Amino acid sequence: MATATQAPATAAEMTGAEVILKALADQGVEVVFGYPGGAVLPIYDAMFKSNYVRHILVRHEQAAVHAAEGYARSTGKVGVVLVTSGPGATNAVTGLTDALMDSVPVVCLTGQVATHLIGNDAFQEADTTGITRPCTKHNYLVKDSNALARTIHEAFHVAKSGRPGPVVIDLPKDIQLAKSPYVAPEEVEHKTYRPRRTPDPQAIEQAVEMIAKAKRPLFYCGGGVVNAGPKAGELLTQFVRMTGCPVTLTLMGLGTVPASDPLFLGMVGMHGMYESNMAMHDCDLMINIGARFDDRVTGKLAAFAPNSKKIHVDIDPSSINKNVRVDLPVVGDAGEVLAALIAQWKKKKAKIDDAALAKWWDQIKKWQARDCLRYKASKTIIKPQYALERLHALTKEYEPYITTEVGQHQMWAAQFMKFERPMQWMTSGGLGTMGYGLPAAIGAQVAHPDRLCIDVAGEASILMNIQEMSTAVQYRLPVKVFILNNQWMGMVRQWQELIHGGRYSESYTEALPDFVKLADAFGGVGLRATKPSEVDDVIKEMIKVKKPVIVDCAVDQKENCFPMIPSGAAHNEMLLGPEDQASKKTSDEGLALV
Amino acid sequence: MADKIETHTLSVLVDNEPGVLARVIGLFSGRGYNIESLTVAEVDASRHLSRITLVTSGTPMVIEQIKAQLDRLVPVHAVRDLTTEGPHVAREMALIKVVGSGEKRVESLRIADIFRARAVDSTIESFVFEMTGSPEKIDAFVNLMRPLGLVDVSRTGVVAISRGAKAI
Repeated sequence: MATATQAPATAAEMTGAEVILKALADQGVEVVFGYPGGAVLPIYDAMFKSNYVRHILVRHEQAAVHAAEGYARSTGKVGVVLVTSGPGATNAVTGLTDALMDSVPVVCLTGQVATHLIGNDAFQEADTTGITRPCTKHNYLVKDSNALARTIHEAFHVAKSGRPGPVVIDLPKDIQLAKSPYVAPEEVEHKTYRPRRTPDPQAIEQAVEMIAKAKRPLFYCGGGVVNAGPKAGELLTQFVRMTGCPVTLTLMGLGTVPASDPLFLGMVGMHGMYESNMAMHDCDLMINIGARFDDRVTGKLAAFAPNSKKIHVDIDPSSINKNVRVDLPVVGDAGEVLAALIAQWKKKKAKIDDAALAKWWDQIKKWQARDCLRYKASKTIIKPQYALERLHALTKEYEPYITTEVGQHQMWAAQFMKFERPMQWMTSGGLGTMGYGLPAAIGAQVAHPDRLCIDVAGEASILMNIQEMSTAVQYRLPVKVFILNNQWMGMVRQWQELIHGGRYSESYTEALPDFVKLADAFGGVGLRATKPSEVDDVIKEMIKVKKPVIVDCAVDQKENCFPMIPSGAAHNEMLLGPEDQASKKTSDEGLALV
Repeated sequence: MADKIETHTLSVLVDNEPGVLARVIGLFSGRGYNIESLTVAEVDASRHLSRITLVTSGTPMVIEQIKAQLDRLVPVHAVRDLTTEGPHVAREMALIKVVGSGEKRVESLRIADIFRARAVDSTIESFVFEMTGSPEKIDAFVNLMRPLGLVDVSRTGVVAISRGAKAI
């Protein structure tokens, strides 16, 4: 292998660090989220001397990745991260895993000790490619300056094509310093990696036939439709309306069909709507587009949609037949598949039997009449559902970008914040990463400086990346942190109540900070609501303040999140409210599930 | 699940680059799949291609998953299931060391002859036999050598290729 010093004479006189920045610029990168350190100093030095990209200095590398995710998911572009070797890289691992689970395109540049030191346990050395191999879509260690520019372009291609995901490029310090040739993105083509986007026409014909013949059809769609771009959401809505079928969305897919559309039943899954889960259980044809039969959605596999045929559209063939055996697999990009389905539906003048569909909708209306999100209102104590209803009502005209942390508040946000379009909703679905929401909101705010960006948080989750308030203040990013503060790790407490005999082991947080003073200490604004009558004013004030805000909303400590499919149960065994929970005991099998 | 466990032989063509084998092995350990044997060597130096022959077992659904998961690794060019894609030839090589004297030593040589194993090293008290064949044939030979002074076995694992004119 050629070493760094033997770059061909034709190379422009650029250092590796300069090549890296130029490659980022040529990839259309506008902003990088990062944190400097010894092994990336040459890149930061080159950045100082150029203005190719804007750098947002975070306060922890995990937050750099989440911010890049928020940026990526709210724009559809690739999020870019720059961190140092060793602890910089290991801190990024949670974010990378999060991006892998939720298929978010991220390119993460990590510094590495000089090539001759690799393997010597040098200061701040870690086997970054080894550590990140299972938590990235792909990773690279650049040991040859001649491969540097090509590797960066290739990484962007891999990150954003097919099923998107995080890609790490490990960059030894000597490679950053050595002269390095530059190649433009157009000159780089990956040898083999070309995921299939266009579906098999035969599968499309078959799918249309199956849909036209269905009596109780249900669309079940997810994040794959979001990743296929805003057009895919429009096509999905169009196709659903053409067929007149009910549609349910996963946590990741919210917004791809407008929440206000009468054909939309609401979210599906563990804390999804009663009508969605019942429809999923009773349907005779399930049309899955861009969702992956996650265990949060399927519940007990043996009792999952027992009388249905299933069509599964996914760009990743490994998602098909992984958990649930399907009758018709369709490999392709959700947008392209939907366009093909619409064309074929029109061509065949296909139509679902009116009488059957009307009967199906009658049944669904009965389920909807249960009004599963109903809760007991209170005049004295703020119900978390009430707080979010008001947050939605008072912010919807601004079409806010909503992020969340993980837990009860996340599920309530998914239930009560209604999304009319995709890419406005960012939550950690697959990995369930507490601490995701604030940095993700920062990423979204960087991309959309004039829009309202709200992190719906719990008081436990927010403390996992609270330091990012400092980032928000530094860059004058007016993110709003809306804490539903019940002083408990609410979802842990809920499971302990329902499954572990009310033994609340370590789920209560004593000695919480005063969040209003904390906001103040960071240079933001703190607001507090303790009574239902204060909620509206606090939200209005939050919107008005053009600074980072923390709202400490003291909510009912005992409220549980319903409806709920208990662990190990089937869709038709939902708990609808507190009155249900005593009568149903969790199975031993369910006890072992997460 | 009542699905039967099946054994499949897969051929995987990969870029010969650092870490590619770790990716394949990590995939199997990370997702709880079985590896019964795995062999790898470069097969095309000019294109930097290596070929992995992998014997794995699982239910049909798991085997499908394994193939799909392998196929989505970025440096993987092709995945072929030799077990389902028509007839194939599978061979393994083994080096087998037998220590003994007298009648046992003569007997080991006689059996080696029947199995067409070659003695590639010999001392007054030992032989090293080299043999090639199906894994079952090697199993049979090793079992016969056991009472005759078997002390060491080294096996390559299966390499396999499809029969007929078609290439990977």
